[in-house]
Amino acid sequence: MKHFLSAINVRELLRPLGQLLLFSLGSAVVLSAIVLTLALVLDQTTVGQHLHGRYNVSLYTYTLVNLPQVVIDGLTIGFVYAAIALGYTMVYGVLEFINFAHSEIFAVGAFVGVEILIALDNTGILRGASLGMAYAYLIFAIVMGMAAAGALAVTVERIAYRPLRGAPRLVPLISAIGVSFLLQDVIRLVEGLTTGQFNRIMPTFGNFDQRLNLGRFALGEANIALGISVKSIIVITSAVLMLVGLNYLVNATRIGKAIRAVAQDRPTASLMGINVNRIISLTFLVGGLLGGAAGVLYALKFTRIDAFVGFFPGLKAFTAAVLGGIGNLTGALLGGIVLGMLETFAGSYLGVFTMGAAGSEYKDIFAFSILIIVLIFRPQGLMGENVGQKA
Amino acid sequence: MSLLSLTDVHSYYGHIHALKGVSLTVEQGEIVTLIGSNGAGKSTTLRTISGMMRPRQGQIQFAGREISRMEPHAVVLDGLGHVPEGRGIFPKLTVRENLEMGAFTVNDPVAVRERMDYGFELFPRLKERLGQYGGTLSGGEQQMLAIARGLMMNPSLLMLDEPSMGLAPVLVELIFDIVKILNDKGTTILLVEQNALMALSVAHRGYVLQNGEIVVSDTAANLRSNESVQKAYLGMS
Ligand SMILES: Nc1ncnc2c1ncn2[C@@H]1O[C@H](COP(=O)(O)OP(=O)(O)O)[C@@H](O)[C@H]1O
Ligand SMILES: [Mg+2]
Repeated sequence: MKHFLSAINVRELLRPLGQLLLFSLGSAVVLSAIVLTLALVLDQTTVGQHLHGRYNVSLYTYTLVNLPQVVIDGLTIGFVYAAIALGYTMVYGVLEFINFAHSEIFAVGAFVGVEILIALDNTGILRGASLGMAYAYLIFAIVMGMAAAGALAVTVERIAYRPLRGAPRLVPLISAIGVSFLLQDVIRLVEGLTTGQFNRIMPTFGNFDQRLNLGRFALGEANIALGISVKSIIVITSAVLMLVGLNYLVNATRIGKAIRAVAQDRPTASLMGINVNRIISLTFLVGGLLGGAAGVLYALKFTRIDAFVGFFPGLKAFTAAVLGGIGNLTGALLGGIVLGMLETFAGSYLGVFTMGAAGSEYKDIFAFSILIIVLIFRPQGLMGENVGQKA
Repeated sequence: MSLLSLTDVHSYYGHIHALKGVSLTVEQGEIVTLIGSNGAGKSTTLRTISGMMRPRQGQIQFAGREISRMEPHAVVLDGLGHVPEGRGIFPKLTVRENLEMGAFTVNDPVAVRERMDYGFELFPRLKERLGQYGGTLSGGEQQMLAIARGLMMNPSLLMLDEPSMGLAPVLVELIFDIVKILNDKGTTILLVEQNALMALSVAHRGYVLQNGEIVVSDTAANLRSNESVQKAYLGMS
């Protein structure tokens, strides 16, 4: 036991936890400071008066009261983006290739998880389940979603990308886009034939929809409630576990070293006795596992999924990967968290700050504008570098 | 039977016919050198042997096994080490990690330790650079690391592709001394060089490659006194 423990590289377990904490706190603090400053400035203008007329609170108080919830929601979606972004970034780091089908691999994970839970729900066992069993079923659904997505990712690489490896870079990219459309239609076809429905709804069970109240505290005349839904806790916890696990795999294991070697120099890696194709398959497998888990977690959080469920989260996660520096694992975490926070902040405050002229439906424009600005000044992304390097 | 033998090997890059029927042998315990000018096909020969390229025609036997259709990672398992042209150091792995990569196929941690120590014995400089990224080493240090890494899998045949390229004369001497030491300890060596003079001074036998074909093969001593070799490769006239 002692020997077993000494073989674990504790530093590589703690370092990503520290990074996640830093990125979360950092983006929360920066964005909070920005919106509070804006609120203070706008308070005396018509914007503040407008809000005061409607809710009888100052803009500053309104902003402050909503802040904890915005941060928690931002982190929840940010961690989902990060988990998906890792799939893009792993594959890019090793092959310098953007796996556009990753969004559909995510979607397949979501569907498999949700369909399993719907099937369980139809037998009635979900409703009667004890809390422990409810979690067991959820974990089972997540694991199956991961397995399906992982197997799919490996298969797609084997069939659609590997034969094109020597071809010009554009060719596998087009193949990936083709696979993406193909998978969307396959999901639609299968769902249409088996359920006849376009949307699938995550069953309600367990205590996942409850909110935990962490307390209230008074601030001036305002009463700030701190609460978090159980769902969000599950999403954040699972994402953190996966991110730490992946970091450990890449940075502290023999296989991880082989992944980095293949990313840096494929021919030489093969001369070391590394089976390069197997490492590439493994990279897709790991990306697929993370994407599949993210799919089920996404469905848990947002309840409704359809065949196109992968499109926006996939695009956002890809954006997050580029924002952080594509190919860089830590960058994917940072990019995911920053993007999730940005869009949630924008979605929550854009409306009141513009007196309803630009509501939350403009949050994506806002988030992507930030992306473009960042990339103009730092084309390599916030962290730059790539997977080959120790994160 | 020879440790390594190539029989009528043809290799292509697309339509470029880079090896046009190469045949050669390396016996257990020898240092054999393959010399020739730039573009003659020396690196292609090594790449074809280690499985990085698949020959379109011909046989390659290593340690009694046909390896011409095998993947490089499988060839390595048979005990064939290849230190590639340009050294192939992983730039963003540390010196230690580069060495560990060389032992990827070795499951015995004690053997890994011992071989790493042996590498430090040959190249003490590497020990001082253990935690440094491979990409930050000087050219000479990278070559030392490449050789030390190649030894981590304890190959029965070590193929070196232009180990002296771009090195200062002192380091060239050192590298050739190491080649001799390794050979004395029992490692068979196939040495590719443009520096024919040095190569022929350590080798037992040599082959001269020209436009993808072996044009001369003889003992190192005979090659050194061969007039056409002197003219073309030893810079004598
Ligand atoms: N990657 C490649 N693609 C196309 N042709 C190549 C490639 N590598 C080498 N060649 C060609 O093959 C021939 C032999 O090259 P090489 O084996 O590298 O020669 P050497 O190592 O003796 O300098 C040369 O004509 C070279 O231009
Ligand atoms: Mg060469």
